[in-house]
Amino acid sequence: MEWETVIGLEIHAQLNTKSKIFSSASTKFGQAPNSQACAVDLGLPGVLPVLNVEAVNKAIKFGLAVNAHINQRNIFDRKNYFYPDLPKGYQISQMDLPIVGEGEIEIKIGDETKVIGVTRAHLEEDAGKSVHDMFNEYTAIDLNRAGTPLLEIVSEPDMRSAKEAVAYAKKIHALVQYIGICDGNMQEGSFRCDANVSIRPMGQEELGTRAELKNINSFKFIERAINLEIERQQDILEEGGKIVQETRLYDAVKHETRSMRSKEEANDYRYFPDPDLLPVEITDELIESIKASLPELPVEKKARFIAELGLNEYDADVLTSQKSLADYFEIMLKDNEKNAKLCANWVMGELSASLNKYQLDIENSPISANNLSQLIARIGDDTISGKIAKDVFKAMWDGEGSADAIIESKGLKQVTDTGAIEAIIDEIIANNTPQVEQFKSGNEKILGFFVGQAMKASQGKANPKLINQLLREKLG
Amino acid sequence: MSIYTKTIAQLAQGLKDKEFSSVEITQHYLERIKKSDLNAFITLTDELAMKQAQTADDKIAAGTSNILTGIPYAHKDIFCTKGVKTSAGSKMLDNFISPYDATVSHQLNQADTVMLGKVNMDEFAMGSSNESSFYGAVKNPWDTNKIPGGSSGGSAAAVAGGLSCFATGTDTGGSIRQPASLCGITGLKPTYGRVSRYGMIAYASSLDQAGPMTKTAQDAAIVLNAMAGFDEKDSTSAEQDVPDYTANLNDSIKGLTIGLPKEFFSEGLDDDVASQVMNAIKEFEAMGAVVKEISLPNSAYAIPTYYIVAPCECSSNLSRLDGVRYGYRCENPKDLEDLYSRSRSEGFGSEVKRRIMIGAYALSAGYYDAYYLKAQKTRHLISEDFKKAFHDVDVIMGPVSPTTAFDLGSVKDPVSMYLADIYTLSANLAGLPAMSIPAGFSNKLPVGLQLIGNYWSESKLLNIAHQFQLQTDWHQQMPQED
Repeated sequence: MEWETVIGLEIHAQLNTKSKIFSSASTKFGQAPNSQACAVDLGLPGVLPVLNVEAVNKAIKFGLAVNAHINQRNIFDRKNYFYPDLPKGYQISQMDLPIVGEGEIEIKIGDETKVIGVTRAHLEEDAGKSVHDMFNEYTAIDLNRAGTPLLEIVSEPDMRSAKEAVAYAKKIHALVQYIGICDGNMQEGSFRCDANVSIRPMGQEELGTRAELKNINSFKFIERAINLEIERQQDILEEGGKIVQETRLYDAVKHETRSMRSKEEANDYRYFPDPDLLPVEITDELIESIKASLPELPVEKKARFIAELGLNEYDADVLTSQKSLADYFEIMLKDNEKNAKLCANWVMGELSASLNKYQLDIENSPISANNLSQLIARIGDDTISGKIAKDVFKAMWDGEGSADAIIESKGLKQVTDTGAIEAIIDEIIANNTPQVEQFKSGNEKILGFFVGQAMKASQGKANPKLINQLLREKLG
Repeated sequence: MSIYTKTIAQLAQGLKDKEFSSVEITQHYLERIKKSDLNAFITLTDELAMKQAQTADDKIAAGTSNILTGIPYAHKDIFCTKGVKTSAGSKMLDNFISPYDATVSHQLNQADTVMLGKVNMDEFAMGSSNESSFYGAVKNPWDTNKIPGGSSGGSAAAVAGGLSCFATGTDTGGSIRQPASLCGITGLKPTYGRVSRYGMIAYASSLDQAGPMTKTAQDAAIVLNAMAGFDEKDSTSAEQDVPDYTANLNDSIKGLTIGLPKEFFSEGLDDDVASQVMNAIKEFEAMGAVVKEISLPNSAYAIPTYYIVAPCECSSNLSRLDGVRYGYRCENPKDLEDLYSRSRSEGFGSEVKRRIMIGAYALSAGYYDAYYLKAQKTRHLISEDFKKAFHDVDVIMGPVSPTTAFDLGSVKDPVSMYLADIYTLSANLAGLPAMSIPAGFSNKLPVGLQLIGNYWSESKLLNIAHQFQLQTDWHQQMPQED
């Protein structure tokens, strides 16, 4: 039987506010355990939450970026459950009236464009962390993360494959960084993903029973976990079994998912409006001012790269796929306005290849955008050839200095002195009489031989254009 | 005239006139507390009190004092006090030393008051007799076989029994007014949002409100001046100016329209209590007030509404008491589940557990609409009744409690106990300010008169109460001492 996969994602994006969503404690990552937890975060008796307006502003920003309806009156609810790293015994979240309503975002799979619906996005507080491996027989609780603002972005079940799910997750990941509301750091847990996966016979309209996959902390794992789950569900159904609605944990080490809890074991969260917080009222003016402050969105940037820089769609797509990549590219453009295509080729070619080879993010590139920009400028002004540039790039990658410094110290400057090149050419013509004859008898191709000889003799430094021009003069 | 009989205003005058010092007043009270068998105090902070009294005397000498400087008070053990045990009357928090001050505690410190100690209360403010306290029942100073009312029973008994000049209280369904009534003192529950709830251990967040418990309306005005105000740490506190609540005490109340809700004078109200209340109303008429019968048709739903809303909120508010970070933890927990269930089973008393279970049930999937949502709707209707009534009247009056103080241990059925709040709950559900003032005696036990005002009308209520107290001496009565 042919099966269709249906996937919806729940993404938790940590908002990069300075202080927590309901307290003034810092949200700084990686501090000593419990050093960033104040009375409110500890859930002491008598403390009260006070909403951080920055979190509200960032949520609105997201809503506007996915063309969503902003609920100008939204409400915080309490989600009640007991867990040691949940200090109050409830999480403050939004249930019936989230801040962001329905929106949408476009993804690209190969040449195809698909619109994925965003059901809603709501604000909530993060829990603390249970540390199980620090003390023998005890679990330690670190509440530094407790109260960190999260935006939970819920998609429609619009995705039909793990690839689409990854494309969607990457789009949202890029978007939250573009609009500056989340650092997107997946290792630190700033961007987390749960996937609801179900399958149904192709053509059936009714949705199958879904499993929720939790704890997927990289794009690679999203794809693997979902594919694993699809296989699992297919096996069960094809053997005549039934899918149980449950939450499953993805174990990246063992490459398996295992059941965490079934629907029957699921908590009754007893949601109700938090009486400690007033409904959030958002004015038209606030929405307008946030709209005005929105930076260029990825789709807009892509369109501009095509229209103004003359890049092709593929290049523009790749370069705008991550904010860090687009930023890098745009820094290079400052001094290479006319060589946008050359910049694009170098970023997507040499630089990306090297980054991939060493598994580095562009943020950690050993060659800064300014340095690579300088290299492109030297190609652009004929100081060096493209071929020499590759050597300079390698030296830059190895930390030998800036493009100019390397060109200077290694004496790689292109020889543009006509006299010097003429001398080289004269010598080559004199030493290669048969080839000269061939050229004269009409074999144009042999010209490449002379260019190569000249380049070799000049150790690659001679300007190839000049060589060509002088050769034609002398041979012709 | 002994020090313990004096009001804040009288003590402040005496301090100013060097009749006595704050250290002397404080010692006087501390000695009385130590001799008392009312069980009003959970924690006596005598060392701290003496230090605060000394500081107050220095300020008085330096001429930098205010009217509350050096005045001793009893603090309900529901307000967090830095470095001092804050138990909320529960075993659960018997070992809890608060690392921070509630806003109200801070405000009273700023006013240079002297905290004598933390007073007894129903566990987590759940109760109407003070019998649910882990620290044992408080006795009514007028008759030590009787309950003082609750939940602010320790506060009321301390003021009525001359153990403190004034006290703080909190009122979720009548917890200031009912004990004030049963102990014959003045108690004010302000408009919801008038006093910060930060650091006040939450029972039912949308209903809880702190207020003063004093000998007189004038004293209540003085204390409210110190307690009221917007607090950025409490999102539900109102950004509303704080007037000088003593400024209008002497306004004439001639022409005042008093509404008497017929629902407050029906079945269940003790005849003698009713006649004391009516006598007080006549006193107002004699002062030029006009009386009108009104109707609050939905007040019949106050009890069921309250006993859904409050338990729902408390079931969630008390979840933080899980034995993990502070408070009571059971011995040798087997696992996490065991830690939770035994810590909470052993740490909470039966009334608290009952309300947590009612609330958890009412909020659970499938019941939410029938209970919580329905209760929110009736709550709205109750508020609307008041809004309509205040189109026609300036103040609503009636009894505080259907009876005078009952015998300790006599009410065993929780529902009968809940009926004790029948006249007080509506003001909390609507968020309105309300007072109890002494209005007579029935069988040698105090009877209180309830005043309910429109939103933010504390000044008016205090003015009305003060004018009544100028004409009567119920508030000056104190229990006989052996």
